[in-house]
Amino acid sequence: MEDKTKPVVTVSTKEGAPDLGRRNFLKIFGAGGAMAMLTPGAAKAAGAVVKSKKDDAMGVLVDTTLCIGCRSCEAACNDVNKLPQPKRSFDDDSVLNEHRDTSPREWTVVNRYNMKNGAQITRKQQCMSCIEPACSSACIIRALEKQPDGAVTWREDLCLGCRYCMVACPFDMPKFEYSKAVPRIRKCQFCFTRQEKGQQPGCAEACPVQALKFGRRSDLIEEARKRIEGNPKGYIDHIYGEHEAGGTSWLYLAGVPHDELGLPKMSSQNYPELTAGAAGTVPAVLLIWPALLAGFHYFSHGKDDAHEDRSHHDASQKGSR
Amino acid sequence: MKKLVHLLFGDPKKFFTPFNLISGFIMLVGLGLIGLRLAKGLGAVTNLTQTTPWGIWIGFDVMSGVALAAGGYTLAATVHIFGLKKYEPLVRPAILTGFLGYVFVVLGLILDLGRPWRMPLIMIFPRGVTSVLFEVGMCVAAYLTVQLLEFVPAFWEWLQWDGLRSFWGKLTVWLSILGVVLSTLHQSSLGSLFLLAPTKLFPLWYSPYLPLFFFVSSIVAGLSMVIVESSLSHRLFAYRLPASSHFDLDDLTLGLAKAAAVVLWVYFFLKLIGLSELGRWDLLLTPYGHLFLVEMLGFVALPCVLYTLGVRTRNVKLVRFTGGWTVIGIIFNRLNISVIAFNWQIHPHYHPSWMEITVSVTLVTMGIWLFRWLVNRLPVLSHEKPETGTNTLKDLWAAGAGGA
Repeated sequence: MEDKTKPVVTVSTKEGAPDLGRRNFLKIFGAGGAMAMLTPGAAKAAGAVVKSKKDDAMGVLVDTTLCIGCRSCEAACNDVNKLPQPKRSFDDDSVLNEHRDTSPREWTVVNRYNMKNGAQITRKQQCMSCIEPACSSACIIRALEKQPDGAVTWREDLCLGCRYCMVACPFDMPKFEYSKAVPRIRKCQFCFTRQEKGQQPGCAEACPVQALKFGRRSDLIEEARKRIEGNPKGYIDHIYGEHEAGGTSWLYLAGVPHDELGLPKMSSQNYPELTAGAAGTVPAVLLIWPALLAGFHYFSHGKDDAHEDRSHHDASQKGSR
Repeated sequence: MKKLVHLLFGDPKKFFTPFNLISGFIMLVGLGLIGLRLAKGLGAVTNLTQTTPWGIWIGFDVMSGVALAAGGYTLAATVHIFGLKKYEPLVRPAILTGFLGYVFVVLGLILDLGRPWRMPLIMIFPRGVTSVLFEVGMCVAAYLTVQLLEFVPAFWEWLQWDGLRSFWGKLTVWLSILGVVLSTLHQSSLGSLFLLAPTKLFPLWYSPYLPLFFFVSSIVAGLSMVIVESSLSHRLFAYRLPASSHFDLDDLTLGLAKAAAVVLWVYFFLKLIGLSELGRWDLLLTPYGHLFLVEMLGFVALPCVLYTLGVRTRNVKLVRFTGGWTVIGIIFNRLNISVIAFNWQIHPHYHPSWMEITVSVTLVTMGIWLFRWLVNRLPVLSHEKPETGTNTLKDLWAAGAGGA
């Protein structure tokens, strides 16, 4: 580990995880513990100093104007992740008639959205692989981890199944196996094992119309800007995911407002910062409270009460006072 | 052998009371459902979904359970740290209530966790140290231990191990301080949990002050629970008190009510500050706004007034009613935040299944049975020899009966 006091979080350390949390923790421990207790905003302001080199990680640019709703990405995802076979085949377009969410068995789904003018737009959904994931900051044992390549992975050997990640995720992406006695959290993990081998995520490789472009996130944002500039009438001037929830690895371009394609309006709030202030009060409480309480006790009662005893020793104690 | 049966189960002839039969039946059903949950997974008994991962096992068993078990640290602080010795007779039952409360919080949590056998891992591999939930988990585990240590003197007295009992007396202050520290941390952190869900919790309940709200209201919850619990146990277990009761419960109850009134007023104004900082008064006109008003006016402002009134007119009955009302209000608040106003945009909204409710009721019932079992054997309500039964193992064995 390099110098922990540096308020810069890199995503390219050897150990992998950017480990935002612990550094935030140390930073607040060192700097703003007591202040954070008094003003919830203070820690937030301090947290803003932390910057990750987020644009270095990998991402996918989803161009919904190109998507033809063929569900090749779904089939590829099912195949490379060895998920159970679906009830209806991936060639069966009738599934698009109803809205589907991702599930423990389907880590990505394509939905069709009907526009007011009669147009139909299809859009793929999967874990957004947030730059600073809420799920990972919530996890009691960091079973969910941000990897340097951008993926947010889950470790079966650690997870307690508390489902706080599901509460925390603004996109509701972690899914839980409710029907199993030994359940798992299941979600898209950005094909991190394939990425380690230098391969693309299964879905991006399978897309026949290049609606999914895999690459460095910074390059993808540049590319997205170019596409918008090159066709200002065809695109809404917004890259969904560039700032949403603090920024996501998956980026969406659209010809209609993104919320009409089921992408929720979201502030650029970085989620781990939301609880950083509260976590920052811990050292302050641990340091100040015992001293204050013990001081109060001894100041007001003298040390005899430390030996105070309730039951049949009462009588003897009264004598000693 | 007969003596042992009596020691463990009391007089078999007195066992089949209506309360025992009904609550026993509920527990049998509940245990069956718990078996079903363990064998078939959470989906077999709960209405939880992929978008609503937390139901009443968290909202009631854990969130409300922890708040209502706050009587232990509140009373221990009152007596052992702040030196208000006259409340001493209420401390031990409060600590027992708190301890059993936490035991059943943890049992509820075990049922709710998908992989509960992994729980020890958070201490072996403390990886998630910045997670608010990690703080809650560690503090609850530590505080459970502290409460056990705070309660064991009752066992030492029962066993008449005077040396150990005397030594333990020296730990009291430090255990009380530790209890306050750990409770400050995890009571507030239960509120912090929801800071991560700004888009899911209805804005009227979402506030950066959630940890403060949870901590302050836990004090009120603890005091109110002690008012309710002491009133009930002194009526139901009157035979466990010595012939000449050496303290005036009504007087103590009014004293607790005074403290509860002050803290509850503070809580009310803190909530008002939070509301005005939010500045979304228009939301009060929505259906969820009405629910918020019911909570704020009916379960915060009203008990404030009733407690104040009860203390001023020395109306103990009113104070006890208000205690019960406030307890319901705290449960209402915790359920609003974790279940009812949570995921307000999702339709159809989660509601608990009858099986979830039965399991929750089962846990509460088990807590009541265990409380009764211990109160009937150990010196909990009083250290002196009670009207009937005895407070020590030796006497109990000699008498050959252990109470119901």
